[in-house]
Amino acid sequence: MSESEITPSQTVGPFFAYGLTPNNRTEWDPNGQYHWKNTVDGNLITPDVTGDRIRIEGTIYDGDGKPIPDAMLEIWQADAQGRYANPRDNRALPNAQFKGFGRSSTDKQGVFAFDTIKPGAVPGPGGKPQAPHVVFCIYSRGMLRQIYTRMYFPDEVGNAADPVLNIVPTDRRSTLIATKESRGGQTLYRFDIRVQGDNETVFFDI
Amino acid sequence: MSLIYPRESLSAFPKHLSPGYKSTVKRSPSKPLIIMPHTLSELTGPVYGHDAIQDGDNDLTRQHKGEPLGERIIVHGHVLDEDKRPIPDALVELWQANACGRYVHIVDQHPAPLDPNFTGAGRTLTDKQGYYKFITVKPGAYPWGNHHNAWRPNHIHFSIFGHSFLSRLVTQMYFPGDPLFPYDPIFNSVTDPKARERMIASFDMENTVPDWALCYRFDIVLRGREATPLDDDKH
Repeated sequence: MSESEITPSQTVGPFFAYGLTPNNRTEWDPNGQYHWKNTVDGNLITPDVTGDRIRIEGTIYDGDGKPIPDAMLEIWQADAQGRYANPRDNRALPNAQFKGFGRSSTDKQGVFAFDTIKPGAVPGPGGKPQAPHVVFCIYSRGMLRQIYTRMYFPDEVGNAADPVLNIVPTDRRSTLIATKESRGGQTLYRFDIRVQGDNETVFFDI
Repeated sequence: MSLIYPRESLSAFPKHLSPGYKSTVKRSPSKPLIIMPHTLSELTGPVYGHDAIQDGDNDLTRQHKGEPLGERIIVHGHVLDEDKRPIPDALVELWQANACGRYVHIVDQHPAPLDPNFTGAGRTLTDKQGYYKFITVKPGAYPWGNHHNAWRPNHIHFSIFGHSFLSRLVTQMYFPGDPLFPYDPIFNSVTDPKARERMIASFDMENTVPDWALCYRFDIVLRGREATPLDDDKH
């Protein structure tokens, strides 16, 4: 195998907001002097999307248990029937305009949020299904490279047989499972992320 | 085309914990990452079309009433996979300090002037040959609080989407010959000198435009190479 000539990763730094998540204006330009627009944000809902609408919300904490106010989180997920909006997923399923990708910066309290739909189960290794899940990719000042994790849903029968959850030590699996709440009639899944320390979220080497 | 993503390629990346860059100390995982198979969830990723981009988004010198101060430059190159095949329709986003080394971000309190004609953000999609181009001004160096007399070398932040969520890359482009290289813990978090060189643009005289702008070339290589016949991606 020839030596890889991959371009190395570097940190997103503290100032990415105006470039990558500019709709959070008060975070970077409270006086409204500059302008830039989002390519993508935390709202994944398209007008034609089908499935259960949900909100995913959480706080990300550092090794001292302090919220991280300058992180960016990206999510990637299948639609409600378990299909990814990508050419590699070429299953002949009807599909919405739903892209399945979202991006949220954290606010001063370290809180991120996504409005989306609950994904369906997706194909896994060896033809076995994977339980519904959302892939998270996290960036921040102090992170020289992105870290990946997954959010699973509570009370999901498929979790017990999920091929990825099953390689996670039993005592750490709960860090990957959101808790269900209801707020103003809306279903909210809380997914707090602890980057380091006690009850550290499981991160994957992929 | 079926791509695989060898983990060995990532050995060129910085370690999560690189104590010379102090913010990594509390923001890096302390438990070993769990090795997992690449499933459909990792091998797919978002796809963007030209509706994500507007004309002029790649020209950072034309976003305001006047032109920004500083040295006008062209930054261009190809986005490639590990087999050096071009990646078309890749979304490339960038952001940077102005010519004085000041970001418009409210958190940046470096006492250097803001430029009312420069925001410092741009985006583009690569063409069918994986080619991208930006017009901007050369960002200035700036101090930061990591250690006594700490200064970041001139750099432009890049964010790139490739074929999958695995090939997602956020990096920084540096300029050739920067005297601050030996002192910067972020640049040196990449420990292999050859890999560090791949973050440094090359001066491109051939594409420098007479009487108008210097040109720098920055090719970006993302994870992913063609699967060999024996090496399928179902594992």
